[in-house]
Amino acid sequence: MTLNLQARIPTGPLPQKWDKHRFEMKLVSPANKRKYTVVVVGSGLAGGAASATMSELGYNVKCFCFQDSPRRAHSIAAQGGINAAKNYRNDGDSVYRLFYDTVKGGDFRSREANVYRLAELSVNIIDQCVAQGVPFAREYGGLLANRSFGGAQVSRTFYARGQTGQQLLLGAYQALERQIAAGGVKMYPRTEMLDLVVIDGQARGIIARDLVTGAIEAHVADAVVLASGGYGNVFFLSTNAQGSNATAIWRAYKRGAAFANPCFTQIHPTCIPVHGEYQSKLTLMSESLRNDGRVWVPKQKGDKRDPRQIPEADRDYYLERKYPSFGNLAPRDIASRAAKEVCDEGRGVGETGFGVYLDFADAIKRLGKSVIEDRYGNLFDMYERITNENPYEVPMRIYPAVHYTMGGLWVDYNLMSTVNGLHVTGEANFSDHGANRLGASALMQGLADGYFIIPSTIGDYLATRKPAKVDTTHAAFRDALAGVAERTKRFLAIEGKRTVASFHRELGKIMWEYCGMSRNEAGLKIALTKIPELRAEFWRNVNIPGSDAELNQALEKAGRVADFLELAELMCIDALHRTESCGAHFREESQTPDGEALRDDDHFAYVAAWEYAGEGKPPILNREPLVFENVPLSQRSYK
Amino acid sequence: MNLTLHVWRQAGPDAPGKMVIYEATGVSPEMSFLEMLDVVNEGLTERGEVPIAFDHDCREGICGSCSLMINGVAHGPMRGTATCQLHMRSFKDGDTIYIEPWRARAFRVIKDLAVDRSPLDRIIQAGGFITAPTGSAQDANNILVAKESVDDAMDAAACIGCGACVAACPNASASLFTAAKITHLGLLPQGQSERYRRALKMVQQMELEEFGSCTLHGECQEACPKEISIDTITRMNRDFLRASLLGTRP
Ligand SMILES: Cc1cc2nc3c(=O)[nH]c(=O)nc-3n(C[C@H](O)[C@H](O)[C@H](O)COP(=O)(O)OP(=O)(O)OC[C@H]3O[C@@H](n4cnc5c(N)ncnc54)[C@H](O)[C@@H]3O)c2cc1C
Ligand code: FES
Repeated sequence: MTLNLQARIPTGPLPQKWDKHRFEMKLVSPANKRKYTVVVVGSGLAGGAASATMSELGYNVKCFCFQDSPRRAHSIAAQGGINAAKNYRNDGDSVYRLFYDTVKGGDFRSREANVYRLAELSVNIIDQCVAQGVPFAREYGGLLANRSFGGAQVSRTFYARGQTGQQLLLGAYQALERQIAAGGVKMYPRTEMLDLVVIDGQARGIIARDLVTGAIEAHVADAVVLASGGYGNVFFLSTNAQGSNATAIWRAYKRGAAFANPCFTQIHPTCIPVHGEYQSKLTLMSESLRNDGRVWVPKQKGDKRDPRQIPEADRDYYLERKYPSFGNLAPRDIASRAAKEVCDEGRGVGETGFGVYLDFADAIKRLGKSVIEDRYGNLFDMYERITNENPYEVPMRIYPAVHYTMGGLWVDYNLMSTVNGLHVTGEANFSDHGANRLGASALMQGLADGYFIIPSTIGDYLATRKPAKVDTTHAAFRDALAGVAERTKRFLAIEGKRTVASFHRELGKIMWEYCGMSRNEAGLKIALTKIPELRAEFWRNVNIPGSDAELNQALEKAGRVADFLELAELMCIDALHRTESCGAHFREESQTPDGEALRDDDHFAYVAAWEYAGEGKPPILNREPLVFENVPLSQRSYK
Repeated sequence: MNLTLHVWRQAGPDAPGKMVIYEATGVSPEMSFLEMLDVVNEGLTERGEVPIAFDHDCREGICGSCSLMINGVAHGPMRGTATCQLHMRSFKDGDTIYIEPWRARAFRVIKDLAVDRSPLDRIIQAGGFITAPTGSAQDANNILVAKESVDDAMDAAACIGCGACVAACPNASASLFTAAKITHLGLLPQGQSERYRRALKMVQQMELEEFGSCTLHGECQEACPKEISIDTITRMNRDFLRASLLGTRP
């Protein structure tokens, strides 16, 4: 271990930590704020909210995204909802319960203090969003509506039809556009960060490429915030948008930011199954569907009857059978593994046999078609558009798919990485979800980080450090610029035979096979020989047409895939080292007699923070021990 | 199935463009339209040619990136569907398909099928928001919003900002886009205090950006992947008029 991982968790009782910390943090005076520039990479919930709020406070913000508009960040695609401990339903919810559920749902691999703060801030988020005009669903009396969502026994999820992420993001985007107009934020759309600049141990800016002109430019900052989203696309097929990538955090890792728990990947149980080689992405069917849909497969192997013809007695509602108290609402990791298990037994449905039914017949009978239409209409339409089947008539077919990455850059309580001044928010950091994220909690985390946490902690950093003036003539900037330019030229000079996508697809297959829903030592070792081979071939044989002085989407993709080819290896190393099972990380060697994940708290109750050791050298493992003072360590059970 | 594609190719904003013919072979009806283009691009790359540039990201009809004119129709033949959600089963073997970028004075072509839609962001900047700085909010349930109002607001808020309305409009007007935001915010109690000023400023910005004016052709509503109603434009015009009559200051 070479890093000093200081989580900087405030002392004192859990419920007072954040308040106390806010008081103890130093403030930047209003007149001084405008002298500081903060670079924010990302305009999703985490980046958009942070940019708007920091500009409202008076900082100069430069915000970057690779899409043509900040409104298109991947947060836009979130469907189901956002949690908050409002207890508007009077069903026993509280900040403490949301905290408790999240720590337990994360299978005891997150930090209590961070999670508690998240639960506390959840209520402010809803207030903020409503004030901005987010059209959350309402009851007839005009009050806010709620629903329950995967893994929760209370109704604490707020939603805007099946487009919650869109509406939340538009709220943040509109606040951001207001600040752009006011001059506090300078927006750089269609611009990709390709390197981080560190001077005297402090993050002092980034190198970014204008994707339209190809110009590579340096941007100086007093602090940098990465809000660049998750890296699920390392699996090629995932529910993420096509452009979602790891480049920003991977470049930062190579500049000294530790990467925490890279192998913790969430596989979402309800996605439309894969149908062909050419397939470019997997579509999520919101988990909210499990509130009313029942999951089943035929009892008999190879039962090819039309599902509607299969009588009750021949159906296995396996989630209800195995987890009677949670049933179809069992948490994601558990529901996904259960689906894999029945398909591996040969009871899967659909052409490929990799699918299970999600059936609404009972719900339609009980509630009527119009209620179901009101709740899920747009999801049903989306399903029909993709599969050409009408889910009001025939049960949906679903299968797990890569969805979210709990791993990410290590951050302390202030959301600062191991590089001073480099902060990381949203899905890009590792913080709050441990080894498994509960539904409707990523939106909550992105907005808690963006609206409330980073705008205060960044002030403390700036006020304490008072970063000295630097400019782009500094050697560190010149070197980083030259490095990025050189790498771009190198891609174009390979002139090999294979497309970028073919490498990406092959990498995805390796990862899904060996580092997907279940993992074992032998498989991970195979992956660890295959990935470097593939990477070597990539650098020898990839073909990227066009030039670097124009919009060149193949070149953009090449950079991202090159980084995935490195990150994939770190994920496998992490998965191999963690010989326990926990949450979404299921090591076949570590399971209970009835096949559930078996943690090994004596050896693994820590965050694995990997440190880059240089080209070709194995990464160094640093451990942040996790202490559970409030939620006693226990075997997670949803039976 | 096999298809003949006529695709607009344009190397850069100032370069001349032209239609180029490509054969797409072995297309499966299960593919999405963009997956079909991916396959064509893979073939081009393997032959060392520059692949066709087009905007896309989520591929599930929500980010508003995809933006193709397919046989002269924004987002193609299926109603209420963005290009990325269109599947090849909407076409048949032997079809010829014309693929072009959004065409509008306000949208400059960047390359091939990708255009610059930043004018839409600037319309939002002009007033497409409710001023509510972080931290200033009261408890969410203190604001009652009738279910009908929020449902109507949500219908308008569903806009994905793709610009199909502009591309479909004979005048290249951005009225449906602008009206959708004015309607979303104007229907909510939180949006009242800035309502008329918002309408005034957004409409003025729309004109500054060289979008055409609305003559109520209704093509926008037909092309909108979220099926946003042209009634929103009536509402926008009313709010704009009221703002002008009241002498609302911009
Ligand atoms: C289909 C789907 C449905 C979901 N549904 C839910 C849900 O119902 N509830 C829930 O809580 N969570 C949900 N999630 C998870 C949640 O949406 C995400 O975790 C969250 O939105 C991530 O937000 P973010 O701000 O961290 O990143 P993103 O929204 O992914 O934003 C990343 C930003 O970074 C930019 N960026 C990335 N790399 C670079 C670079 N190198 N240079 C410049 N810019 C860069 C991008 O342009 C973008 O602006 C869902 C996820 C998916 C995929
Ligand atoms: S790619 Fe996102 S809407 Fe089509």
